[in-house]
Amino acid sequence: ATLKDGLCSQVSAALKEGRVTPTELCQRCLALIKSTKFLNAYITVAEETALKQAEESEERYKRGQPLGILDGIPIAVKDNFNTAGIETTCASNMLKGYISPYNATVVQKLLDQGAVLLGKTNLDEFAMGSGSTDGVFGPVRNPWSYSKQYKEKSIPKSHSEDEESNWVITGGSSGGSAAAVSSFTCFAALGSDTGGSTRNPAAHCGVVGLKPTYGLISRHGLIPLVNSMDVPGILTRCVDDAAVLLGSLAGHDPKDSTTIQDDFKPFELPNLTDVSKLSIGIPKEYHAPGLSSEILALWSKAADLFKNAGAKVVEVSLPHTRYSIVCYHVLCTAEVASNMARFDGLEYGHRSDTKDSTESMYAATRREGFNDVVRGRILSGNYFLLKQNYEKYFVKAQKVRRLIANDFVKVFRSGVDLLLTPTTLSDAAPYTEFIQEDNRTRSAQDDILTQAANMAGLPAISVPTALSERGLPVGLQFIGRSFQEKQLLTVAKWFEKQVQFPMIQLEEVKRHDNGVFQHQKSASFS
Amino acid sequence: LAPWIPVVGLEIHAQISSNSKLFSGSQVQFAAPPNSLVSFFDASLPGTLPVLNRRCVEAAVMTGLALNCSINKKSLFDRKHYFYADLPAGYQITQQRVPIAVNGSLSYSLCIDNKMSQMVTKTVRIKQIQLEQDSGKSLHDDTSSQTLVDLNRAGVGLMEVVMEPDMCCGEEAAAAVRELQLILQTLGSSQAVMAEGQLRVDANVSVHHPGEPYGVRTEVKNINSIRFLAKAVDYEIQRQIEELENGGTILNETRAFDSKLGCTVPMRDKEGKQDYRFMPEPNLPPLILYDSKSLPANMNHQQVINIDWIHERLPDLPSVKREKLVEQYGILPEHSFTLLNEDGLAEFFESVVKQTQMKPKKVIGWILNDLLSYLKQHSLTVKESPVSSFLLADLLNLLEKKEISSTAAKRVLVELWKGEGKTPLEIVKEEKLELLQDQKELEQICQAVIDGHENEVIMMVLV
Repeated sequence: ATLKDGLCSQVSAALKEGRVTPTELCQRCLALIKSTKFLNAYITVAEETALKQAEESEERYKRGQPLGILDGIPIAVKDNFNTAGIETTCASNMLKGYISPYNATVVQKLLDQGAVLLGKTNLDEFAMGSGSTDGVFGPVRNPWSYSKQYKEKSIPKSHSEDEESNWVITGGSSGGSAAAVSSFTCFAALGSDTGGSTRNPAAHCGVVGLKPTYGLISRHGLIPLVNSMDVPGILTRCVDDAAVLLGSLAGHDPKDSTTIQDDFKPFELPNLTDVSKLSIGIPKEYHAPGLSSEILALWSKAADLFKNAGAKVVEVSLPHTRYSIVCYHVLCTAEVASNMARFDGLEYGHRSDTKDSTESMYAATRREGFNDVVRGRILSGNYFLLKQNYEKYFVKAQKVRRLIANDFVKVFRSGVDLLLTPTTLSDAAPYTEFIQEDNRTRSAQDDILTQAANMAGLPAISVPTALSERGLPVGLQFIGRSFQEKQLLTVAKWFEKQVQFPMIQLEEVKRHDNGVFQHQKSASFS
Repeated sequence: LAPWIPVVGLEIHAQISSNSKLFSGSQVQFAAPPNSLVSFFDASLPGTLPVLNRRCVEAAVMTGLALNCSINKKSLFDRKHYFYADLPAGYQITQQRVPIAVNGSLSYSLCIDNKMSQMVTKTVRIKQIQLEQDSGKSLHDDTSSQTLVDLNRAGVGLMEVVMEPDMCCGEEAAAAVRELQLILQTLGSSQAVMAEGQLRVDANVSVHHPGEPYGVRTEVKNINSIRFLAKAVDYEIQRQIEELENGGTILNETRAFDSKLGCTVPMRDKEGKQDYRFMPEPNLPPLILYDSKSLPANMNHQQVINIDWIHERLPDLPSVKREKLVEQYGILPEHSFTLLNEDGLAEFFESVVKQTQMKPKKVIGWILNDLLSYLKQHSLTVKESPVSSFLLADLLNLLEKKEISSTAAKRVLVELWKGEGKTPLEIVKEEKLELLQDQKELEQICQAVIDGHENEVIMMVLV
């Protein structure tokens, strides 16, 4: 195996050659999940069904008839995707115990290709948040909190302090999926991305996070946050794997009327060697207030990397960037208010015991079922949708959204192929520090660099770049043209190869690893 | 006292006749076991998405064309939010901003002073036609303080037809709705049977003095038949006039028609004004329709609707059918109305005409007077008629050939109604109703009568 092949292809090869069996792989992942339980990355571990799927995969390999590259590969799915027969909670009391009768299209596609579904990962309740700290099952811990790299750099403030209080967040809202991939408990995971929810935790957890173009991958079965911005997100350990997952998931779905009709052809990523024909744009507005000097320096270094390799690197402007947070707030809360209206306790989910009247049952059910974040957004959203406010807020926000999207159109039309930006303002914050501010404040801060791509429906990817001074991962983001994932991923892969991001050194993983998990060169980009 | 001008507008919901629902694949069927026709989407399971049903769009386009509307080549879907047990998603998907069809008209006819011979044509403007979801049904069980919810109807496609307040009384409203019903049934876009809830009418009623602005209007709901529609509207007009003449005011409220008492009553349910918080439906792209000019060459025909194609295939509308009947058969316009008003009657008439030598102008009398009144008396539909067109034609042929008299024919018809399977000829023979054509035989009979009554004859001759 060469570095050209992604992890999934290498594991697939190993499975074909019988060097490891699907059941062994599955069991190892399940064992690792158990020993990393403190991360709280998983809400549900589907041990029985996963082993059964692994056995079936094994049979296929024995017959020499694997379904494809993903056959037997253990994966995890964020708990806001419907999975038939396996609880889907959205980390909310409203859906605790809810067993969906159907699979989301993306889940079905993975299962149809023989992937082994290990379980459902933790998130902020209903995907609202940027820390994966606000779900009913508790916060997710960033595996890097327990890494040698982080522990080496962290200075204990007092002798009684230990890693228990020092742990850092994963970012969110797909923190569970990012942590699962980062800690080697699965080879790939599905997240969702509405304002950065796949890219943000990917950056904090040192994994690849891909947000595809809106309309490329089906949302059928993804419990929606903002229907006009949501996309299923892909979290993997390397860019090649993201391409493999993309290939298996993208394409028109008749069940989702917002997917494009055109045929999608899965592609293999070429090994780019010559970047001289590339034009990289550096949007000056992404030098946002609060951007750490560390990340600013890394961003600059990355730009130089491209320049030195012969690419054209230009400063560009996306003038409406600063309005995106407010615009997002209006549109997001409005859609949330609408999407959450179905949770009335009648057909499914939590129902309050109140028997006084239907109205009081609704009120009690929703008060008991939703956390403050969800309820806050519902209230805001309903306010913006009131007849007297609709023009002032919702329609205005739609217009601003159009302006934001046009910023990108103009820049791409001027000859720029891709944009290079930071993904987050800083490395992962310690949990105790993160919760000092409320969810809304945090989201507003953290979404600034990722949000606009959702507004414009563009594809974007966060690639792990280097470790911060604190020994925590920092990722950089590439934003591409609509439906030009091939170009986006090709350049991302080139960049990944240049930076040689170090592998996480986790005790738990060392114990379970016996050569199946790939090693990358230890030299790093910092 | 200054005269009052009543103003009546209508909002009509017609259930689209289709196999499956507007946005999901579950079946559309009347009176199925509760909650047996509910897809995941209908039940609002999280993560499900709407997928537009082509047949429903075609039905709306057909209806729009038949009502002389402009079909919007681009129309949009919106969410209308409110909480109710029969609305699982907490919102209804409808077309509030840009509906599929606008600015049409409907012509209907009325009899002046109940005389069929004096018919006048009126027109009502159609404001718009919009596609929207039907809600489920909730039944309130007060004894056990329960509400039972049946979602079979949730998500069924509706066309809402909005008629401008161009009508002035119950009769006009009823006639307009009747004509719309006939049009929908002719198109097949809706079966429009009010008793099965396939056609629901809400009336907006107000009164004002000439020269003054329109008065406050009330909305009257829960009207279950065309007859009740006329009653409800007329009652409400009267009620408003009386209220105002007594110095009262009209509240902008929703009222229900109580068919037992024959009056309208305020509905307790609606408290205050609802803000529906309309929002575009983000899961449905704009609905784009094409005509022959705008249709791109390389389009997949499965994925597009061509308005012109639908226009070319529209069946004859009732008004056209009536004209044709009058022209072809020389019957009176009011006859054509009655023929079309009764399901299957026009076809019956034409069938009889084909099978008999009797002139259509004469046949029509038998159809409208004898056949129809019998059916009405026994509450039968034309389909259920014990006398088939074949039998009736047979009978009329006997009459035409002067083998029986008109009175005898009516006697035969009475027998035929019994449906005992006898032919008209058999009945004539049995009852000895043949007309005597033989001159000699007639003379013999006359002579016999005279001979038998000599005295009376002598008296007649002398006087």
